[in-house]
Amino acid sequence: MTAVTYLEAISQAIREEMRRDESVFLLGEDVGTYGGAFKVSAGFLEEFGPERVIDTPMSETAIIGSAVGAALMGMRPIAEMQYIDFITCGFDQIVNMACKMYWRSGIPLPLVIRGPAGGGTHGGPFHSASPEAWFFHTPGIKVVMPATAYDAKGLLKAAIRDNNPVLYLEHKLLYRLPELREELPSEDYIVPLGKAIIRRHGRHMTMLTYGAMVHQCLKAAEQLATEDGLAVEVVDLRSLTPLDRETIKESVKRTNKVLIVHEDTLTGGVGAELAALLAEELFDYLDGPIMRVAAPDAPYPYAPPLEMAYLPGVERIVAVARQLAAY
Amino acid sequence: MSEAERADLLLQIYYYMRLTRAMEDRTRTLFLQGRIVGGVYTAQGHEATTVGAAMTLRDGDCIVPQHRDLGMHLVRGVSPRAVMCQWLARGNAPTLGRDGQLHIGDMHHGVVPMISMLGESLPVACGVALVMKMRRRSTVVLASCGDGATSTGAFHEALNFASVQRLPVVFVIENNGYAYSTPTVKQFAIEQLAQRALAYGMPGESVDGNDVLAVMEAVGRAVAHARSGQGPALVECRTFRVRGHSEADKADYVPPALRQEWLARDPIRRFEEYLTAQGLLSAERRREIEARVRSVVDDAVAFAEASPPPDPATVADYVFAPDGPIAIVGEPDATDPRYVNALDTRTGRPFCTMSQVEEAVTQL
Repeated sequence: MTAVTYLEAISQAIREEMRRDESVFLLGEDVGTYGGAFKVSAGFLEEFGPERVIDTPMSETAIIGSAVGAALMGMRPIAEMQYIDFITCGFDQIVNMACKMYWRSGIPLPLVIRGPAGGGTHGGPFHSASPEAWFFHTPGIKVVMPATAYDAKGLLKAAIRDNNPVLYLEHKLLYRLPELREELPSEDYIVPLGKAIIRRHGRHMTMLTYGAMVHQCLKAAEQLATEDGLAVEVVDLRSLTPLDRETIKESVKRTNKVLIVHEDTLTGGVGAELAALLAEELFDYLDGPIMRVAAPDAPYPYAPPLEMAYLPGVERIVAVARQLAAY
Repeated sequence: MSEAERADLLLQIYYYMRLTRAMEDRTRTLFLQGRIVGGVYTAQGHEATTVGAAMTLRDGDCIVPQHRDLGMHLVRGVSPRAVMCQWLARGNAPTLGRDGQLHIGDMHHGVVPMISMLGESLPVACGVALVMKMRRRSTVVLASCGDGATSTGAFHEALNFASVQRLPVVFVIENNGYAYSTPTVKQFAIEQLAQRALAYGMPGESVDGNDVLAVMEAVGRAVAHARSGQGPALVECRTFRVRGHSEADKADYVPPALRQEWLARDPIRRFEEYLTAQGLLSAERRREIEARVRSVVDDAVAFAEASPPPDPATVADYVFAPDGPIAIVGEPDATDPRYVNALDTRTGRPFCTMSQVEEAVTQL
């Protein structure tokens, strides 16, 4: 068995689900002949043919809308956004057509929309998006973002088997990161939607995070342990919708301090909802303010010095964690 | 088709056109009485287009109708009771009071629920047709939109995608002269919307949308084209919205002479004149049909009025579908209750969009 990358794990998940279930198919821009802009679907066209690996025109509304129509018919389409930034071009199909379908009509909509999200790759304002908050706010769609190769595969399989629209966000910075290579089980497995995981245990504070920021938080936690003697717990949410409120609350009840870290911008981000949840339900347990590290309320910049200043990193996380620890 | 069969068919078409008009007339009355709380959109003058287009379909075909397509719904077997329950926001309406109007569907009977963002249903129609193509079926999708929706990106993306993929979709544009208050001259700069077809490499035809037999012929040709595997086709039905965009709209922006001109071309009256001239619609036959139409409408309203409102305690329910196997719609066992999409899992009962057997309106 060989260790696979985060990207290979995604590819495996789709391939195995397509082999397992004839109703699963992939459509998107350049997914067939070219194998996808990041080569997630390399070799798929040869194995599954052009009816199950569909190269579409540059038409996000047609891609997502067709996926909705196919899902209405009981298929399990996977609609790829070449970059998740382009999901805005198909926004109405998601928030009005897909998200309200079962609620209005009783017709389930087993649909996955997936694509590369996140920054750190000099992608600039239109190839670096973290769009989760729009969909986190919208009832009727599940939102997941894996941080490891194991989760990338297991969450995607769970998403494909789910009977609802699922937005599956792949962090493109993690795609080929050598340190994320891991050996995956040879048998079929899923990571259930709605289950967070504690990546590092600690008693002094909880960091709530997801996606690529999980790794920044783990590095920060290590530094805080070495330099400050702080035992930081890192909770990887994995799913934003459904949100694993139990794991979050259980952790914060033990640590009594919470730092929320996300790559998306601050205001109205996922962290705001987490903070509200904790303030409402765990007020008596908190020994310090609920603090956040996030991108500033500005669009994602291109030039490297700006990008470095924009993305939350270990240094900022450590600095804010120290402020919090001082309470 | 024998003479007798043809006569039956023509009278069935007439019945659906009359039923459509009568349902909408009653809906308007309910609105004016304050018994419908939301917006009401009717389609007086569209009956030849909506009924004629839907009459070209077979079992297994699918419609993707919009807000003025009650005629399509009724022809395809949607229940007048379900429609009235929608208007009156009842708890047993197909949307359980979550949504109103004709925003209803049942995939097992080939009806896709619309949303208010007009044009957005067309890419969805492509997805339904994509599955028909994948499953090697000889069925088709009939998707409609108004002149207004032809200005959306979704319209263009759908027509292009359907053509590239050679999907069995028939696009019916109901050009009724206005998108709300905006006349066609402010919407597009071509002579006929059928010309759009040329740009996407599909056949396009423009037809008198107030002549039900002409609509059936044109849409029938398009359906035959799509059914034969040659890809999509487009039909523009030229008609007119003789009332407002909604019943709250007086439509005083429409020149009175123009409205008069189209009222004089009323599709139902024209078809009555044709049937009478053909000796198919005696005064007695007409009375029979009117009595039947009235009884169906009365029954629908009575049923809806006797139906319960939705339970406020359920306001946050039904956001997500449960786990379980999903059937591919149209396959032999697709309505086996073990599938999550076989029944309406919100209620545990069959989807209630379609007519029950006892209220079937397919026979005169």
